[in-house]
Amino acid sequence: MVEEGKALFLQIAEGVEDSIIDGTLPEETQAPSTNELASFHRINPATAAKGITMLVDKGVLYKRRGIGMFVAPGARELLLTERRTAFADRFVDPLLAEARKLGLSPDDLVRIITDRTTTSATDEGSRP
Amino acid sequence: MTAVIEVSGLTKRYGDTLALDDVSFSIEKDTIYGLLGRNGAGKTTIMSILTAQNFATSGSVRVFGEEPYENARVLSRLCFVRESQKYPEDASPLHAFRTARLFFPNWDQELADRLVDEFQLPLKRPIKKLSRGQLSAVGVIIGLAARAEITFFDEPYLGLDAVARQIFYDRLLEDYAEHPRTVILSSHLIDEVSNLIEKVLVVDRGRIIMAEDTDAVRDRAANIVGDTAAVDAFVAGRTVIHRESLGRVSSVTVMGALTDEDRRELSAHGLDVTPVSLQQLIVRATQNATGSTAASEEGSLR
Repeated sequence: MVEEGKALFLQIAEGVEDSIIDGTLPEETQAPSTNELASFHRINPATAAKGITMLVDKGVLYKRRGIGMFVAPGARELLLTERRTAFADRFVDPLLAEARKLGLSPDDLVRIITDRTTTSATDEGSRP
Repeated sequence: MTAVIEVSGLTKRYGDTLALDDVSFSIEKDTIYGLLGRNGAGKTTIMSILTAQNFATSGSVRVFGEEPYENARVLSRLCFVRESQKYPEDASPLHAFRTARLFFPNWDQELADRLVDEFQLPLKRPIKKLSRGQLSAVGVIIGLAARAEITFFDEPYLGLDAVARQIFYDRLLEDYAEHPRTVILSSHLIDEVSNLIEKVLVVDRGRIIMAEDTDAVRDRAANIVGDTAAVDAFVAGRTVIHRESLGRVSSVTVMGALTDEDRRELSAHGLDVTPVSLQQLIVRATQNATGSTAASEEGSLR
């Protein structure tokens, strides 16, 4: 689960962000503590704390004194906007580069994407 | 941050051999350090001088702001788990733990008992009849249960199997989270400990060549893989620490974090980026330092 070459605290923060985006951690619920994250990922607590601090600075988590960290209202929307902006860089550029290498035109790609979307929609049935 | 150890200009000679060459660094309170480097690099020498089990040839060492030699105020707050700890003839683990309990003011007997269970250590068997792994377990248990303000683990895992090493890492993190303290862990198994250590000190041939946050080192270098001509064009002007070629494909390790612009340029030229693990980086850095280009390469690692 831990990848090399990327600051570990960023990976920890991204893990928490993913749970907020997919709804496992709804807004106003308690986020995992530094020690819980450290022992789950088997990492140094200071590294986990750095990841949490980053999320607090970003306005994704906030601290309730004496209780712990909570997911801020509006956190999910904030993360969605951020991830959508990064989507082209992270996913589309590598896709285009590989397609170019294989001689697939943008039109070919659109067709593949449409095909796949239809197939996976039938496979999974209707999801909320 | 408060420094609990300050070392300045430390030099150690064994006859003609220069084991430590003008080494300076400091260790911050309540932090887990990895002291990494090849055999004979000087790791054990550093630890034994810091714990007053060896003498410096020159330079200054301060532990809790004081000279450690024959200084009970300092030494009672330290625990040094040596790779080849000697125990008295006929001593059993039980004797060792009872002695440790008298010596370390923060000794936690419950933790020691639990670890004995987990490592399945026979308490009454003479230590000289224990296996290598069981002998290491005795040291690990003392190091953890002592809860000393500064604990040194010198290659503590010899003979421990993967399961036992994982127990050690898990209990270390767990106990550290509840009772923060300074831990200095020397290890060859860099990949195994890279997530445990907050800061990394790399020793090479008697000198410290890297002293940094582990997280900062993580994206310090990258492997660029692809068509040799394209790779060469990209790495021109960067610090190259390693190069491998297979036919027309090259894999080159460059120093420096990649910017978003770098990444776009790489993907536009069809070049792949693969990460460099802490272990790979240290292997490359310490390999490199043996060559003639040592000085310039090391500069970029600081």
